[in-house]
Amino acid sequence: MRILKLIFKNALRHKLRTILTIVGISIAVIAFGLLRTVVTAWNSGVEASAANRLITRQAISFIFPLPLAYRDQIAQIPGVDAVTYANWFQGVYIDKNQFFARLAVDAETMFDVYPEFLLSDEEYQTFLKERNSCIIGQSIAEQYNLKIGDLMTIEGDIYPGDWQFVVRGIYKPRDKTTDATQMFFHWNYLNERMIEMGVGRDNEVGWYIVKIKDPSQTGNVSEQIDALFKNSRAETKTESERAFQQGFVAASSAIITSMNVISFVIIGIIMLVLGNTMIMSARERTREYAVFKTIGFSGGHMIGLILGESLFISALGGALGLFLSFPIIEGFGAVIPRGFFPVFELEPITLVFAVSSVILIGVAASLFPIQKALRTSIVDGLRFIG
Amino acid sequence: MKIPFKYTIKNFTSRKLTTFITIFGVALVVFVFAAVLMMAYGIQKTLKATGLPDNVLITRKAANGEISSIIEGEVQDVIRTLSNIAVNKNGKQIISKEPVVIINLEKISGGMSNVTVRGVSDVIFDLRPQVKIIEGKMFNFGLRELIVGSAVTSRFQGAKIGDVVKFAGDNWQIVGVFDSDGSGFDSEMWGDSQALLNAFNRGSAVSSLTLKLDDVNNFEAFKKNFDFDRRLQQFEAKIEQKYFEEQSELMANFIRILGIFITIIFSFGATIGAMITMYAAVANRTVEVGVLRALGFKRRSILVVFLIESLVIAISGGIVGLFLASFLQFFNISTLNFGSFAELSFGFSLSPTIVISSLLFAVLMGILGGFLPSVRAARLNIVNALRAA
Repeated sequence: MRILKLIFKNALRHKLRTILTIVGISIAVIAFGLLRTVVTAWNSGVEASAANRLITRQAISFIFPLPLAYRDQIAQIPGVDAVTYANWFQGVYIDKNQFFARLAVDAETMFDVYPEFLLSDEEYQTFLKERNSCIIGQSIAEQYNLKIGDLMTIEGDIYPGDWQFVVRGIYKPRDKTTDATQMFFHWNYLNERMIEMGVGRDNEVGWYIVKIKDPSQTGNVSEQIDALFKNSRAETKTESERAFQQGFVAASSAIITSMNVISFVIIGIIMLVLGNTMIMSARERTREYAVFKTIGFSGGHMIGLILGESLFISALGGALGLFLSFPIIEGFGAVIPRGFFPVFELEPITLVFAVSSVILIGVAASLFPIQKALRTSIVDGLRFIG
Repeated sequence: MKIPFKYTIKNFTSRKLTTFITIFGVALVVFVFAAVLMMAYGIQKTLKATGLPDNVLITRKAANGEISSIIEGEVQDVIRTLSNIAVNKNGKQIISKEPVVIINLEKISGGMSNVTVRGVSDVIFDLRPQVKIIEGKMFNFGLRELIVGSAVTSRFQGAKIGDVVKFAGDNWQIVGVFDSDGSGFDSEMWGDSQALLNAFNRGSAVSSLTLKLDDVNNFEAFKKNFDFDRRLQQFEAKIEQKYFEEQSELMANFIRILGIFITIIFSFGATIGAMITMYAAVANRTVEVGVLRALGFKRRSILVVFLIESLVIAISGGIVGLFLASFLQFFNISTLNFGSFAELSFGFSLSPTIVISSLLFAVLMGILGGFLPSVRAARLNIVNALRAA
C-alpha cells in the first residue's frame, strides 16, 4: 500500500513532465488506432465476403466480359444453389470524384444471393416492375440526400451515353462489415440499350456470383466451372469471394505493408517518449534510491517503484488515447469520400492491440532505469550529483 | 554577451542517453515524413515521365482512365483530318491508336496482379522516342507478338523473352524487352494495335488515341479545332504528360494526405519528447543558470543558449532521418494504381523540396519543443536558482 502511495507521489512530482508524457502517449495511441483502422477498412471487402459464394470471371482479367449463355451451364453443376451476375457500370455521377460502385445486376436473383442487403418487400416489388429503377445503399442515400422517387443521372463511360435511373429502394446493411455504398440497377435495361446501339456488346456479363450449397465444396465446384469453359474463347477463373477480394487487397500490398510498418514505428516512438521520462526521473532520484536502500528497501521494492510509475503513466496515456480515438476516427471516416472505404470503424482487435502494446511499453520503458537503480551501489548513489 | 557554443556541446556529453533518445525520436519522425513525401513524389514523377509535352492523348470525356474509354473508328477518322498533327519522314501522320486492356499475371513474389496491355501503331517510335528496346527485338506488326516493359519482366512470372502469354484463346509470344527511363510504360506490355483489336473482338473501337503535334506550342490551336468539331463533343484532348500526371493524382494525394496526417500526429509526440528533455535540462541546471546569471549573462543569452541546444538536437535528428530516408531511393515498389487499375512500379524519389521541408519540419519541432523550457530558464530568479539543491 505504501508503495502505491509512493508511486503516485513520484508520478506527480514533475506534473508538467508527467502530463506531457501522458499527452504524448495518448497522441501516439490515437495515431496507432487510426492507422490500424485504415488497414482493416482496406480489408473490409474480405471480411464481408460470404463462405458460400464463388465469383466466376474471365480468366484474362475482370475487365473482359463473359457470355450470358454461361449462366445456365453453371446452374447445372451439382452443388450449385443459385447463380446471379453483374456488370461493372461505373460512369460519372455528379463528377469524377464520386467513387461508389454502380452495378448492373440481375434483379430477380441478386438479393437471394446477397441476403446481407436488407430491402423491404414492397420496395423490391416496385423495383422489379420498373425497368429503369435502381436500388441504392443507405450510406449513399444519406450522403447525396437521395429519397425514393429521386432521379439519378449518370454519364456512361464503359457504356457510353446518358443514363437516368429512378431510386426505387434503399437497402440497409445487415452486418457491420456490409457495404452500404453500392448502387444496383437492372441488367436487362443495360442489355436493351446495348442491343439498340448494335455494337455487338449485348448479352455480356461482367462476372457471375455462384451460391453453393456446401462451403466445403468451394474448390471442387470452382474446378468444375472452369473445366466447363476450358479452351473456349472466354475461359473462366472461379474462386471464393474471399479469395477474389483478397486479390484486390494484395495488389495494394505495398501501401498496406508501409502502413503496418509505420504503426510499429509509432509504438517505437511511444517507447522513446516514455523511456526518456523514466530515465530522467530515475536519474534525478539516484540519491533517493540510495537512501531507500540504506533504510532497508529491497531490490523488489525498487523494481515495484519504478515499474509501477512507468505502468501508471503509460496506462493513463493509453486510456486517454483510446477515449479520444473514437470521436477522432469517426470524424476521419466522415471526411473521406463515401465508397472509398465502405466500412470505416475501430475494430475490437485494434483496441486489444493498443492496450497490450501500452502495457508492454510501460514494462519496456522501466527496464533500463531499474537496471541502473539496482546496479548503483549505496555509496555511489549517495554521492551522485544530478 | 553570448554564451559560447562549446557550452551547448559539453552539455550533450553529460547527458548522452537522453540526448540520443531525443535525437533518435526526431529522426524517426523526419524519416517517416520524408518517406511518405518521397513515395508520393515517386508515383508522380513516374507517371509524369510517361507522357511527353508535345504529344496529345484523346479519350472519352466521361472516362476515368484509358481502360474505360472507347473511341469508335469513325471518330478516329475525324481526328485524323485535324491540322497540327506531325508527320514522320515517310510522310505518315504520327498517330497511334491504342486499345488498352488489363490482364492477370502471376507475380514472382506470389499472387496475381494486373498488367496493362497496350496496342500501338507502327509510328510508335516517332511518337515516343524515349522508348528503347533493350533486349530481343521489336514485335512484328500483324503477328501475335509482344514486347514487355522492364518492370514487368522483373516482377512477373512468364514475362521473359521466349515466354508465351495466353489470352483470348491465342498465344502471344514475348520477343523483346523495352525500357522508357523509369516511366509508367515500363509497367506495360505492348503489341500490335490491330492484332490486339482482332483478338479481343473489338472491331475498330480503341481506348485512346495519341498523336504528336507538329510543334509543341500548337496545342491550343489543335484543341480549338478539336473542341469546335461537333462530332468530337464527347471526347477530350489533353497533353499526354498532363494526362498521365492526373492519373497519379488520386494515388499520390491519398498517400500524401494520410502520410501528412500521420506525421503531424507523430511530430506532436516528438515535440513533446524534445520538450521533456529540455525541461529536464533546465531543471538539472538550475544552479548553473544561476551562476551564469550571477556572472553577468543576460536573460536573453540564457534563452538563446537553451533554444540553440534544442535546435541542435532537432537538426541532428532531421539530418539523421533524412540520411536514413535517402537509402529508400534504392528500393522500387509496385502497387495497384487506382487510376489505371493496373500494377505500377515506382521508386521513392527525393527532391530538394522534400529535403528542405523535412529540415524545416525538424527545426519547427525543435523550436516548439525548446521554447517554453528556454523561457523558464531565462526567467529563473538568480538568488533562488543559486539556492536550488
